Amino acid sequence: MLVPVGFVVFVGFDIGWSTLAPLVFRPKVAELLSNTILLVVIGVPLCAALGVGGAWLVERTTLPGRHVWAVILAAPLAMPAFVSSYGWVSAVPSLGGLGGGLLIAVLAYYPLVYLPALATIRGLDPALEESARSLGLSSFGVFWRVVIPQLRLAIAGGALIVSLHLLAEYGAFALIRFDTFTTAIVAQYQSTFAGPAANALGVVLALLCLVLLISEASTRGRRRYARIGSGAARPAVPMSLGRLTWPTLAGLAAVATLALVVPGTSLLHWLTQPNAWQQRDLGTTFVQTIGLSLGGAIAATIVALPIAWLSVRYAGRPARILEGAMYMASSLPTIIVALALVTVTLRLIPALYQTPVTVITAYVIVFLPRALVTFRSGLAQVPVQLEEAARSLGTSGLLTKMRVTLPLMAPSIGAGAALAGLGCANELTATLLLAPSGTRTLATQFWSASSSVAYADAAPYAVLLIALSIPAVAILFISARRRPTA
Amino acid sequence: MRRLIIVAATSAVALALSGCSSGGSPSARSSSTSIAGTSITVYNAQHEELTQAWADAFTKESGVKVTLRNGDDSELGNQLVQEAAASPADVFLTENSPAMSLVANEGLLATVDPATLAQVPKAYKPSTGTWTGIAARSTVMVYNPSKISADQLPTSLLDLQKPEWKSRWGAAPSGDDYQAIVSAVLANKGKAATLAWLKAMNVNAVAYKSNGAVMKAVNAGEVPMGVIYHYYWFIDQAGTKENSVNTKLAYFKNQDPGAFVSISGGGVLKSSKNQAAAQAFLKFITGKAGQDILRTGTSFEYPVGSGVSANPALPSLPSPQAPTIDPSKLNSKDVTDLMTQAGLI
Repeated sequence: MLVPVGFVVFVGFDIGWSTLAPLVFRPKVAELLSNTILLVVIGVPLCAALGVGGAWLVERTTLPGRHVWAVILAAPLAMPAFVSSYGWVSAVPSLGGLGGGLLIAVLAYYPLVYLPALATIRGLDPALEESARSLGLSSFGVFWRVVIPQLRLAIAGGALIVSLHLLAEYGAFALIRFDTFTTAIVAQYQSTFAGPAANALGVVLALLCLVLLISEASTRGRRRYARIGSGAARPAVPMSLGRLTWPTLAGLAAVATLALVVPGTSLLHWLTQPNAWQQRDLGTTFVQTIGLSLGGAIAATIVALPIAWLSVRYAGRPARILEGAMYMASSLPTIIVALALVTVTLRLIPALYQTPVTVITAYVIVFLPRALVTFRSGLAQVPVQLEEAARSLGTSGLLTKMRVTLPLMAPSIGAGAALAGLGCANELTATLLLAPSGTRTLATQFWSASSSVAYADAAPYAVLLIALSIPAVAILFISARRRPTA
Repeated sequence: MRRLIIVAATSAVALALSGCSSGGSPSARSSSTSIAGTSITVYNAQHEELTQAWADAFTKESGVKVTLRNGDDSELGNQLVQEAAASPADVFLTENSPAMSLVANEGLLATVDPATLAQVPKAYKPSTGTWTGIAARSTVMVYNPSKISADQLPTSLLDLQKPEWKSRWGAAPSGDDYQAIVSAVLANKGKAATLAWLKAMNVNAVAYKSNGAVMKAVNAGEVPMGVIYHYYWFIDQAGTKENSVNTKLAYFKNQDPGAFVSISGGGVLKSSKNQAAAQAFLKFITGKAGQDILRTGTSFEYPVGSGVSANPALPSLPSPQAPTIDPSKLNSKDVTDLMTQAGLI
C-alpha cells in the first residue's frame, strides 16, 4: 500500500533538496496550490451540502415524487466525471478555470456524500428527533442539532472521499483546461516519466493529503453510533415543506439538469453522428473492462474488510495510522501509483510486469478508501453487543464475524465493493501503464478519442461505461435504502 | 480461503484478458527462418488507427501477429528507458523524433536493416542509423479569418513572444508535438533565446491539452490562431469539418523554426527476441505498401520513403522552406527542463 508513498519519498531524497527546492518554490506551483486548495475548500462543502440536503429531502420531507428524486440524485454516480466533463465541454467549449472545475467536480462527486447520508438518515431512530421537538426545538434546530451530529461519520467519510477524488482527478479537469497538482504532474510525467519536477509536485500533493487526513480524523470523535433496544425503530413522520415545495423542486431540477441533462444531451448528439459506431473493438473492450473492474472490486473488498474492522473495533492510534496510510497512497495521482508499481515490478518481480495482477494491485491501492469508508460506517452501525451476545453463547470469534457481523454489514459490503468497482471501470492512467499490451478498456479508449477531440468516436465508449456503471449504482442505491435490520 | 479468492479473482481477469495478451514467442529466430507465426509487440506512439492499418497489412503479408501498446512519445520513450533490457517491446514507433533519440541515446536500439534505410532518403533519417523516419508532419498556424486576416499573421514563430500577441494564440505545450517544435527552436536558436521565447509564451499563449483542442478553440473564435501540426486540420476537413470549418492554415516560411517538419520515427529494440520479424515490420512500413497507406489512408501524414507521393489533399513536401535540422540532435530533456523553468509545464 505504501509503495507509492515510499516511491515519492525515495525519489525525493534521491534528487536532493537543492534540486527539489527550486522546483517546489516557483510561481507555477503557487498557482497550482491555490487552484487545488480552492477546489477542495469550496468543492467539498458544496458536495456535503448537496448530498446531505438531498438525502434529507427525499427521506424526511413531503417532497412530491421523492422516490423518483431519490434515484435521480444518485444517478450522476453512473456518469463518470470525465464523461460529464466531455459532455459539458462539447456543449460549452469555453468552460474552464476554477468555476468550470467546481461545476464538474461537485456534480460528479456529491453522490459520494448523498448515498452514505441517505443510508444513515434511514437508519436513524426518529424517537430522538421527536424527543428534541417535544422539548421545544424547531424543525431546523432538530436537523442541525440532532440529525447532523448523527450523520457525522457519513459526512466526514464522504467528504474525505470527495477531497481525495478532487486531489487525484485528472481526466475531467484536463478536458476543461483547469490545472491542479494532478494535471500538472501528469503533464510532467508525460514529458519526463519520473523526472524530478513531477516528483516535487507529488511530494506537495502527499502533504496536502496528510492535512486532509488529520482534519478528518479530528472530526470523527469517539461516540457510538449504533442503536440497540427492544423492537424496531418506527418510520419517521415526514416533515411538510409547505411553501418551500416549489423552490425545492426547482432547485433539484436544476441539479438534475446540470448533472445529467446537459452532458446526456451532448452524448446523444455525438451518438447520432453517422460515424459514431465505427469502432470494431467495442465488444472486447467491454469484456476486458468488466474483468478488470470485478477483479479490482473483489480484491479491494478483501483487503478493506479487516482494516475497517480494526479501525472501528480497535479505534486506537495504530489503527488510525494504518488507515491513514491507505488514504495517503490513494490521494496520489494514479500515475504515481502506476509508476511506482512499474519500478517495483521491473526491479523486483519482473514476472508480474504488465500483467493483470499489477493492474489490480494499483486498483486496490487507489480505490481501497471507497470500500473502507463504506465498510466502516456500516460496521459502526452493527451493535458490538450483538457480537458479545453471540460470543457469550459460545461461538468462536471467527464464526461470530461470519454469522453475526458480516450479514449485518452485507448492504455496506455490497455498496463498498460497487463503489470500488465503479472506480476501477473509470480508471485511466494506471490501466494504460500497467495493463498487458493490447488491453483496451472503455475508459482508456474513451480518453484517447475525447482528448484528441474525436467526440463522436468517444461517445459509444461513454455509453457503454455508463451502462456498465448502472448495476453498481443500483447496488449502491438499494443498499443505501435498505431498512436496517437491527 | 482469502488467498483462494484472490487467485480466483485474478485468474478470472487473466481469462478475460487472454484474448489480447501478446503471447510473445520466446524463441529467437534467425533471419533465414520464416517469421510467419511469430508475434511482435509494438510500443506505438503514432496514431493508433494508422499503426493498426500498418499492422493489419503486415500481418496479412507476413503472418506475424502484431500487438500494439499505445501511448505518447515521451511516455513510451521513458518507459522503454525504465524497462531497459527487460522490455517486452520489439518495435518503437513515435510521432516525433525526440523520444526516439532518448531511447537511442540510452543505447537501447538495434541498427536498422540496411535494406530499410535504403528506402528512406537522407533528410528523413538520423545519421546514426539506429532508427528511421516512417512519416512526417509539418508545423502550421491555424487561424480564424473572422478574427485575424492573413496579412496580419506573424511571419515567424518567434514573433509570438511579442506583447501584441498576448492571449491571441493557442498551443498545447504539454504535448509531445509542441515539445518537438520547441526542440527545433532550441536546435536553431540556442538555449537563451528559446528560454526567453518560452517565458513570453507562458504569458502570451492560451494553453490547451491537445492540438485538436487548439484547433477547436480557434474554430470557435476563442483565440484567433494556434500553432499545431497540419494533419489535424486535413483530417477534420475530410470528415465532419466541425472543428475546422471556420479556419484556414498558414505556413511559416524562410527556414523559420515555425516551418519545422517533424519526423516520426521507427526503431527496433536491441533487447527484442524477435529481431527478424521486428526488422521486417519496419521494412514493410517504410516500403511501398506501408507508405501507400499514408497516401491513401485517413492519417494525412506525409510519406517519407520508397518514393511514395503524399495524399493529393496535402500541399507538397519536402518544403524548401523548412529549417535543416539533424533529427538525432533534437533533445527532449533540455526542452522539458526549459519549459519547466518557463512555468509552462
